[in-house]
Amino acid sequence: MPKIPLKWLEESVDLVPGSTPEDVAAALVKVGLEEEGIEGGGITGPLVIGRVMSLVKEVASNGKTVNYCRVDVGEHNDPAGPGHKPDNKEDYPSSKGIVCGAHNFHEGDYVVCILPGGVLPGPFPIGGRKTYGHWSDGMICSSKELGLGEDHDGIIVLASPSGESQVTFPGLVADEDLVPGTSAIGLLGLDEFTIEINVTPDRGYSFSVRGVAREYSHSTGQTFRDPADVVVTGAAGDGFGVVVEDAAPVRGRVGCDRFVARRLSGFSADAASPSWMKRRLEQAGMRPISLAVDVTNYVMLELGQPLHAYDLAQVSEPIVVRRAQAGEKLTTLDDAERVLDGEDLVIADSAGGHGARAIGLAGVMGGADTEVSDATTDILLEAAHFDPITIARTARRHRLGSEASRRFERGVDTRLQVVAVQRALNLMQEFGGGQIEDVYTDLDETVAPAQIAMDIAYPSTIVGVEYPADEVVQALEKVGCEVDRDYESLLVTPPTWRPDLDSAITLVEEVARLRGYDNLPSVLPVAPPGRGLTHGQKVRRSVARTLAESGLTEVLTYPFMAESRLDDLGIPDEDPRRDWIALANPLSAELPLMRTTMLATLVDAVRVNLGRGEQDVAVYELGRAYQAKNIGVLPTVDSTDGGIAPAEVEALNEALPGQPRRVAGIMAGNRVRAGWNGHATAWGWADALAAVERIASVAGVELTVSQGSRMPWHPGRGATYWLEDGTFVAHAGELHPKVCETLGLPARTVAFEVVLDPLIAESAGVIAGATPVSQQVLAKEDFAFVVASDVAAGDLVGVVKHAGGDLVEDATVFDVFTGEQVGEGRKSVAINVRLRAADHTLSADEVLGVREAIIAAAAEKFEAVLR
Amino acid sequence: MTELSPLDGAAVDAAVTEALEAIAAATTLDELKEARLAHTGDKAALTLANRQIGGLEPADKATAGKNMGKARGRVNQAIAGRQEELEAERDARVLVEETVDVTLPVSRELKGARHPLETMQELMADTFVAMGWEVAEGPEMEAEWFNFDALNFDPDHPAREMQDTFFVDPPEAGIVLRTHTSPVQVRAALERRDALVSEGRGIYVVCPGKTFRTDELDATHTPVFHQIEGLAVDKGLTMAHLKGTLDAFARSLFGPDAVTRLRPSFFPFTEPSAEMDLRCFVCGGEDNDCRTCSGTGWIEWGGCGMTHPNVLRAAGIDPEEFTAFAFGMGVERTLMFRHGVKDMRDMVEGDIRFSQQFGMEI
Repeated sequence: MPKIPLKWLEESVDLVPGSTPEDVAAALVKVGLEEEGIEGGGITGPLVIGRVMSLVKEVASNGKTVNYCRVDVGEHNDPAGPGHKPDNKEDYPSSKGIVCGAHNFHEGDYVVCILPGGVLPGPFPIGGRKTYGHWSDGMICSSKELGLGEDHDGIIVLASPSGESQVTFPGLVADEDLVPGTSAIGLLGLDEFTIEINVTPDRGYSFSVRGVAREYSHSTGQTFRDPADVVVTGAAGDGFGVVVEDAAPVRGRVGCDRFVARRLSGFSADAASPSWMKRRLEQAGMRPISLAVDVTNYVMLELGQPLHAYDLAQVSEPIVVRRAQAGEKLTTLDDAERVLDGEDLVIADSAGGHGARAIGLAGVMGGADTEVSDATTDILLEAAHFDPITIARTARRHRLGSEASRRFERGVDTRLQVVAVQRALNLMQEFGGGQIEDVYTDLDETVAPAQIAMDIAYPSTIVGVEYPADEVVQALEKVGCEVDRDYESLLVTPPTWRPDLDSAITLVEEVARLRGYDNLPSVLPVAPPGRGLTHGQKVRRSVARTLAESGLTEVLTYPFMAESRLDDLGIPDEDPRRDWIALANPLSAELPLMRTTMLATLVDAVRVNLGRGEQDVAVYELGRAYQAKNIGVLPTVDSTDGGIAPAEVEALNEALPGQPRRVAGIMAGNRVRAGWNGHATAWGWADALAAVERIASVAGVELTVSQGSRMPWHPGRGATYWLEDGTFVAHAGELHPKVCETLGLPARTVAFEVVLDPLIAESAGVIAGATPVSQQVLAKEDFAFVVASDVAAGDLVGVVKHAGGDLVEDATVFDVFTGEQVGEGRKSVAINVRLRAADHTLSADEVLGVREAIIAAAAEKFEAVLR
Repeated sequence: MTELSPLDGAAVDAAVTEALEAIAAATTLDELKEARLAHTGDKAALTLANRQIGGLEPADKATAGKNMGKARGRVNQAIAGRQEELEAERDARVLVEETVDVTLPVSRELKGARHPLETMQELMADTFVAMGWEVAEGPEMEAEWFNFDALNFDPDHPAREMQDTFFVDPPEAGIVLRTHTSPVQVRAALERRDALVSEGRGIYVVCPGKTFRTDELDATHTPVFHQIEGLAVDKGLTMAHLKGTLDAFARSLFGPDAVTRLRPSFFPFTEPSAEMDLRCFVCGGEDNDCRTCSGTGWIEWGGCGMTHPNVLRAAGIDPEEFTAFAFGMGVERTLMFRHGVKDMRDMVEGDIRFSQQFGMEI
C-alpha cells in the first residue's frame, strides 16, 4: 500500500500548522484512508557533520583493519590536548576520536557522525567506549545505519574536497552548509516522516501523492495544489506510430483506450538521479535504479499515472497494442520468461513484421528487449490508460502484481497521460539533458464520465443527517464533480479520476464522508415483534448444553479430511460416506476433502488432547458433514430484472450438495475418575447410547433402537437409531478395536453421531399432549426371565409392556446375567414392572392377571422361562 | 441406714438435696441414669418413704403426702431438666464429630463445557432477538451467486480468485465455501420479501455462522472462522439507525459506557461503507501502553454500511421504496479482545482445557 512522504505531500497541500505525523494520519482516516504505519524519526542527535582531520589505519589483533580518526565536529569537539585514556597524547587538536571500520573515505572528507547521547533507530543509544585500543566517541554513520537505504555500503561521504572518495549523495548538501558540528538530521531528511495508508479498491487515485493531498484537503479544508497542473509544450500529432488492435476485448471492453508516446533525444542515461528524488523513492518504498527509471517511478508516485520508458533505438515503429498469441513468449524486466495467454494485453513493436514482437505486458511490466540502458541516448516514453479488468486478470494470471498493475486495476485518471509524460520528460531533461520532441502521439478513445442524476435530498434520506443543499453541491464540487442544479435535482459529472462514482448512492458517500461520520446521530430502529429462535435453533442449543452437562467438552474442528481417514475408519467402498466432495484449492494437499462424517475430524481433537497428556477425553461437536454423488454445474441465475426468482432459488438449493447438521461425540478413558471416595468408571458403549437417547429426548422425539453393525463401530456393540418412518438418525456404541488401534485411540473408546436435521424436523410444530398423572397406589412386580442369549433385552421389554397393556406405567431391566444357573446359551433378564390404574387401586386379582399375561407372552414370543 | 420418714420434713429435704446434687453432678446421660435410679428407683430412700404413707395415721397422711409429693416433684423436674441439657450437649457433639473436609474434591465425574465461540454467537444473537430481530441461517457450501453476485461483487473482484476463496471441485460448478455470512442476508431477505412488500413488515435479521477463507492458521488467522452479520430492511432506515443498532449491540456486550465510531471504507455490498471501531473498553483511550487497543484507544470491530441498492435489487426489493443497512463482525476477534485470548490457535485446536475456562454463558 502506498507510502506517502509528508514533505512530498506538502508540495501539493499545506499541512495544518503544527501537525504531527499522527495528526496527518488521523485526518486521512477521517475521509477513509486507513493508516497502516508511520515511518521516520527515531534518530535523536547529536548527529552532526564532521570533517576527518586525520585517519590512521591500524591492524587489530583480530586481523581486521580499522581507522582511528580524529574528526572535527565543531562545537562538540573536545578541547585540544591529551584526549581520553588510553589515547592520551599531548598534542591532539580540538576534535573527537572515533574508530571506524569502513574504508570508503579519506582525510579531509565530510562525513556524518553520531556522538555520545545520540540514538539510532532500533533504538540504539550511542555512548563513548573503549574499542580496538582507543577511546571512541560515537560512530561515523552509513546510510543503512541511518535508515537512508540498503544500497550503500560504507559510510556516507557528504563531500570529498580531495576528490579521493566517492560522494554518497552528490548535491544533497550545498558547500556552504558543510560546517563541522552542524546537525545533519534536517540536511539528510531524517526528520521526515512517511505515512503508509491503506487504499480501498474504489479509491485508485489515492495511490498517488496527488490523490492523498486532495483527500487531506477534503478532510482539513487546507488548500490543494494539483501537481498535474503542468504546462504542456508542443502538440499532439504525428508522433511515434502507435495502433491499438484489440481483437478480443475482455467483457466487451477494449484493453487500451488511451496511449500517449513522446520522444526525448540526446539524453544521458547514465546521469545520476538527484539525491532528493532517490530519497523520496526510498521513502515511498521503491529502489532507485537509473535516472530514466527513477523519473518514471517518481512521476507515477506523484500523479498516479504509470509510465514506461523504452530505449528508442530498440523499438521498431509502429507500436501495436494487441492481445497476445496463446503461448507467445516474453521476457519481462525481472528476467523471467513468461508464456502468455490469449487474454493478456501486450505492447508489441514491429521488429519482424507489424506488431510481431511483444515488448511489454501492458500495464503490468515492460520487456527486457527494449529496456533503457546506460548507453541509451533516445527515449520513447509511454503513458497509457488500460482496462482495469484486463490488467487485473493478467497480473493475477502471472502472479505479477506491480506498482503499475496495482494502479491500473483500481482505475487511473483518463486525463493524466499527456501531463505525466510532460512532467517526466521535463525531469529527465533537467537531470540528463536532451531534446523533448515537439509533437507527440495521443490515441484517445476514452469516454467522458457519465452524468448522474440525484435528488438533492437523497444524501439526507440515506444518512439520516440534514445536509443543506449548498453543502451537498459544495461537497460534490470539492471532490472534483461538476454539478448542474435545477431546483431540487442535480446532474453530476464525476471527475475523470473517480471511476467509482457511477450512481447516486456513490455520491451520497462523498457528501457523508466530507461532513464526517463522527457526529452521526445514534437512533435505535424498532423492529416488528419477532418470532424468537426457531425450533431447530432451540433444540440445537439444548443438545449442546445437555452434552456439556453430561461431561463432554465442545470443540470445533476444521471440516477438512483426507480420503485415507475413511480407510482409517473402515468405511466400506459403497458407503455414502465415500461420496465425498473435494476442494479445488485445498489449503493443504493432505486434506483435500470435506468431511462426510463428523467423526473423521473429531478424532483429531481427541488425539490432540491425548497428545497433551490428557487421559480422559470426551468431546463433541455440532456441525455439518458434506456429501454428494456428483458435483454438477449450478444453474445460472438471471437477476437482471427484479432479482432472483423463487424457482431459481429452489433450483440452486436443489443442486447444492447435502450438508445436514450433525452432532457427534467421542469419549475415551474414564467418565468418573478414581478418588478418595470411590473407584473410576470408564466410558462404555452404554454411555454413547445414553447420549443419543438424551439428544432425542431433548428434541422430544422417540427413537427406535436396534442392534446394528456400522463402521467405525464394533459390530456387536453398536446401536442404530431410527425415526418411526425408518429414517436413519444415529449410530452409537463402542468403536471397532481396529479403528482404535489405527487411530491411536485408547481401547474401548466409544462414540456417537446423530443427524440432527430429521430429528428436528420430526418434532417441529408438534405439541406434546399430556397424560393425567394417576394418584392411585403403585404395584411393583419383578420378573426374572431366562431366554436365549441372543434375545435383545429391549425386545423382551417391548413384549412385556405390550402384554401388560394400559396398566403398565413403566418396565425396566434391572439385572442381566449368564452362568451355570441359567445354562449354556441362555441368559437371565430381570425386569421391574410398575403397574398402576388411572382411576382405582389395583386389586390382587388384577395384578395377578397382568403378571400371568406377561409371563405367557414372554414364553410365547421368546420361550422365556420364569426363574 | 435408718429409714427416711415421710413426716420428717427436714430429712426429706436433705434427701432431696442429696438427689439434686447427684443429678447436677451427672455429666453424661449414663451418669444421669444412675442418679435417677439411685434417687427415684424402687430402693431409693424417697421411694421407700413414699411407700410408708399408706401405713400412716390418717391425720399424718396429708402432711406426709404433701412432703413427698413436693420432694418427688422437685427431683423429677431436675432429672428432666438435666436430661434435656445432656441430650442437647450430646447432639451438638455428634454434629461436631461428623464434620467433614469440604476441601476434598467432591466431583469425580468428567466436567464438560461449551465452546466459547458457540456461546459467544448465542450471546450475540440473543441481544438481537431481544430487540425483535430473528436469527437466520443458510448453507455453508454455498452457490457463488449468493456468496458474490447477489452481493454486488464484480465477476473480476479479487475475492473471487482462488487465493482467497475455497472452491468446490470442479470450480466451474460455481460452489464455494461461503467466505462470509452475507449470503444468508440475501436468503433471509428473499424469504421475508413478500411480508415486507405486502404487509410492510420490516426485515431485521442477524446471521451468525461458520465461514471460510484460504488463510493459513497462525496466531491471528484461521481458514475456518465465524461471523455474525446483521441486516435491516425497512422504510426510512438511515445510517443513524445503523449507528444506533451498533451502539446498542456494543453496550450489550461491553457495558453501558460502550461507544462506537464509524470511519469511511469500502465494501462491494454497502454504500456508503464504514469501518466500525469500539472505544477501548479496557483503558477507555487513556493508556498509551494498553494491550487491548495497542494504545490507539479504539478497537477495530467490524464493517458496516447502507446496503447497496444492487443487493436489494438482487433480493427483489425496490431500493427506491426501502432502504437497508448491514454490519458484520468476527466472532473470533470479539472473543479475543473481550476475553484476552492471545492466540487464535487455542480456539481451533480442540484442546478441552481452552473451552473449560468459560462457563455455560459467556
